Amino acid sequence: MIEPGSLSLHRPFRERSFGIARKLMRVNWLFVLCVCMLAGVGYAALYSAAGGSPEPYAQSQIIRFCGALVLMLCIAMVDIRFIAKFSWPAWLLGVLLLLAVMKFGHVGLGAKRWMSVGGVEIQPSELMKLFLAMAMGSYFKRATPEQTGNLLFVLPAVVAILIPVGLILKEPNLGTAVITGTIGATVMLGAGVRWWWFAIVVAIIAVCAPIIYEHLHAYQKARIDIFLNPGADPLGAGYNIIQSKIALGSGGFFGQGYLHGTQNQLNFLPEKQTDFVFTIIAEEFGFFGSIGVIGLLVTIVGLAYYTALSCSHVYGRLVALGIATNFFLYCFVNLSMVMGLIPVGGVPLPLISYGGSALTAVMLGFGVLMSIHVHRDVEFPETEDL
Amino acid sequence: MRRQAKNRTSFTRRALLIGTGQAAIFAAITARLYHLQVAEHGKYALMAKQNSISERLEAPERGIITDRFGTTLAGNQQHWRALFMKAMAPDPDAVLENFYRLVPLSDTEKARITQDLSEHPGYIPVLLKDWLDWPDMAAIEVNTPNLPGVIVEEGASRTYPLGPLAAHVVGYVGRPNQKEAKENAVLALPGMRVGRTGAEDAEDTALRGQPGFVQTETNVHGEVVRVVAQDPGTPGQTVALGLDAGLQQIAMQALGNNTGAAVMLDATNGEILAMASTPSFDPTLFDKGVPSDTWKSWMTDPRHPLVNKAAAGLFAPGSTFKPTVAMAALKCGALTPETIHDCPGYFKLGNHIFWCDGHIAHGRLTVTGALQVSCDVFFYKTALDTGVDNIHAMASIMGLGVDLHSDFPHTQSGQVPDLVWAKQRGIHWVQGDTVVQGIGQGYLQLTPLALATMIARIGTGTNITPHIARRIGGALQPASIPGAPQPLDVNFAHLAVVRQGLFEVVNTPNGTGYGARLTIPNVQMAGKTGTAQVHNNTATEKAAGYNDMDMAWAQRPNALFVAYAPVENPRYAAAVVVEHGNFGAQSAAPIAHDMMTYALLHDPAGRDKPLANPPPMPPLTSPKVPAL
Repeated sequence: MIEPGSLSLHRPFRERSFGIARKLMRVNWLFVLCVCMLAGVGYAALYSAAGGSPEPYAQSQIIRFCGALVLMLCIAMVDIRFIAKFSWPAWLLGVLLLLAVMKFGHVGLGAKRWMSVGGVEIQPSELMKLFLAMAMGSYFKRATPEQTGNLLFVLPAVVAILIPVGLILKEPNLGTAVITGTIGATVMLGAGVRWWWFAIVVAIIAVCAPIIYEHLHAYQKARIDIFLNPGADPLGAGYNIIQSKIALGSGGFFGQGYLHGTQNQLNFLPEKQTDFVFTIIAEEFGFFGSIGVIGLLVTIVGLAYYTALSCSHVYGRLVALGIATNFFLYCFVNLSMVMGLIPVGGVPLPLISYGGSALTAVMLGFGVLMSIHVHRDVEFPETEDL
Repeated sequence: MRRQAKNRTSFTRRALLIGTGQAAIFAAITARLYHLQVAEHGKYALMAKQNSISERLEAPERGIITDRFGTTLAGNQQHWRALFMKAMAPDPDAVLENFYRLVPLSDTEKARITQDLSEHPGYIPVLLKDWLDWPDMAAIEVNTPNLPGVIVEEGASRTYPLGPLAAHVVGYVGRPNQKEAKENAVLALPGMRVGRTGAEDAEDTALRGQPGFVQTETNVHGEVVRVVAQDPGTPGQTVALGLDAGLQQIAMQALGNNTGAAVMLDATNGEILAMASTPSFDPTLFDKGVPSDTWKSWMTDPRHPLVNKAAAGLFAPGSTFKPTVAMAALKCGALTPETIHDCPGYFKLGNHIFWCDGHIAHGRLTVTGALQVSCDVFFYKTALDTGVDNIHAMASIMGLGVDLHSDFPHTQSGQVPDLVWAKQRGIHWVQGDTVVQGIGQGYLQLTPLALATMIARIGTGTNITPHIARRIGGALQPASIPGAPQPLDVNFAHLAVVRQGLFEVVNTPNGTGYGARLTIPNVQMAGKTGTAQVHNNTATEKAAGYNDMDMAWAQRPNALFVAYAPVENPRYAAAVVVEHGNFGAQSAAPIAHDMMTYALLHDPAGRDKPLANPPPMPPLTSPKVPAL
């Protein structure tokens, strides 16, 4: 017997779990639509990157996306309290994977970042960002303001951030390490840790920057130097930045037309299907197309914040904040890099760039985010029931 | 409850603050984008127009193949070809239409172009037409404005100066197939070739080289303004084979219109000095594309011109197998050098009679004498006393029926059966099978290359292995370094007995190979004839008094001859098979004689420079056989 009103979207669920149909109705479909639209933009860009052909990029990428979308919706159906139980095990798994990639991973572009698990290429640092957000959420989910103001209480969380950050630095992957640290810090900030502690840490890092620079790897230094003066070697290392800016700038307001961008079609940018995919959109659709894509990215981040703010439990709020920040940082780093605002580092534009590892990691995060959204009204038990 | 509410307010405040910060950063990015794309559009659009430098990969030149003295066996010839870069054409279909009107192409070619264009990114040039002639070139040049993206450039094609004379050993190249091009993007470049057979296949990696690139400055229409930088890449390495082109030609001439194969090795290190297989074919056709009627005629020819009979042709060795049987018998004690068997002209096993060749009664013979006159009855008995497993073990030592791990591709190991082999195939092995194996018949299947290896091993007592490459990029290959082969695992006293028999075959009037003895002074050759039946004569044929010469060509016995020279210090080893040539002494031995004469006069083994003044070569003795 279905009670009248049992199908209402606003009927709160507290103790008992709810059926798949109700859960599906509570999914934020606007969010899913935005994600799919972004993947559609990615298909168009990759089709153009191959000179107007679904092979070799667009076709395989959209197939990967469809798989990831199903995975995301499946995770969204899982009770967030159940997921929360695995926060620390996930953190531990992430750390073990980072250790494994150091030992068994293969070297790509001078760094050990990738490893193959059962034939699937994974980049543990991408997964670690999500797992760290979950672990932080779990640590602070019952913290009182007194505790968050207590350095001794906060210290273990700092250690839990520094371990993966240190391992990722060791790979070496400076960009992802900074992003991972930032995500951890943002969740702590959201949890109520004193804001001026962060100010002190930022100040210390700023002062130490020259010393850190001295200890960077040669290729990392080269990137920073080239960023500061790209004209020094126009056919060498500065080539990408210059060509990328020309691609953006020649797009104008309405672009050169789909499949007619000269920079893209004449292959001035090698490997443009990965990190520099945004230049294709910007060149062929102009500023008009660029703000369309940025609008989609902002909407997705905004909807993630909506989930965080509408969630009744601390765990969901903090993890949603972490996932929103993760996605934001992907976009920020990639777009700034393409525009020559920050040194080049291998960070893809999520859901648009060609490649499976970042796509899978982002969609896993969105799965957890949707689970939070679906289960935003559930009550967490007052004590740990592990 | 109150604490939770307070927490939530604090979170909301902080989250909104962080979110606002992120929104501000997005706004800053958008502002920067506006600046780049709209405000500075003019500047960058100009840069894009003046731009720009684009990069294109170019196929490296394939390395050349020479013989040991530097004579080119496979080289490259320049020719002109038309390529198409789709990315440079505003309307690719219209350009193709224009091109087809100027240079007519077949429908299959058009379909290939359409497929290539759909499979590769727009900046990979696709081949439109190879081997442009002058009218085509002129038509394209005049119509350049209607053909944006069409590039005419020089390409290299493969030439084989010796043509059919060294087709099997040098091999040929072909265009990479789709699977290969997918696995290795470099192979997708127009002009890339992959070795398919022979030395082209064996040393493909060394011959291929590394691709270069051309950086060209193009204007906004994609037209090349100038070449900025060019890197020719690394051309493939020059591969010098152990082959002697002169000897190779003698071998092919001596084989003439016969169907068969001839191999000559440096007996001290296994270098292949000559490898001939007839009938042959024109290897250049594979680079240009084989006309379909030529292909059809190759496929239907009963003499299989494309098969390298020297390395992959399997033949019963006949009496050339007897030295191996003798070694096995001496080793296991079934025979001593003094053992005498009587030959009444036949051998009776149970109810079955095995005849000696021509039903001749040889009388009382030692092993040396039996080899000299090639007595079958002696070896029927010996094989039975030795056992098939011992024969198999000795054959393996001699390099027969085993994988020789040669660098030459597509070689066959052949088979020398033992009891395990028979059991695996469910063959009920009877004593009669062992008896016929003693004279190299039955299930035995061997290649001329393996037989040459065997006779070289008997001659030198070392475990040489045949190999084709002598120098790659000038560096002497390890297998060609003198003294590399190890001594054979045999009793050298036994080897001396067998060598004496082989000496007598060629150098005594009673020997079966006496007709092929060397006529040049101060040097002698040792060898063994072989005549292997390919057809079981039926009772009716026997009753009718059959004669091998009268039988249909395909049913006549195969003729074989193996030899090494000089006898005291062997340097050259040869194996010759003439398919359906009847007697080994009659058709195969003269071919070996001619090759050996040339080799001893020119002495190519171990040399990188030919002899300055070789003595004149006497006329060939090998009989010319009319074509089929």
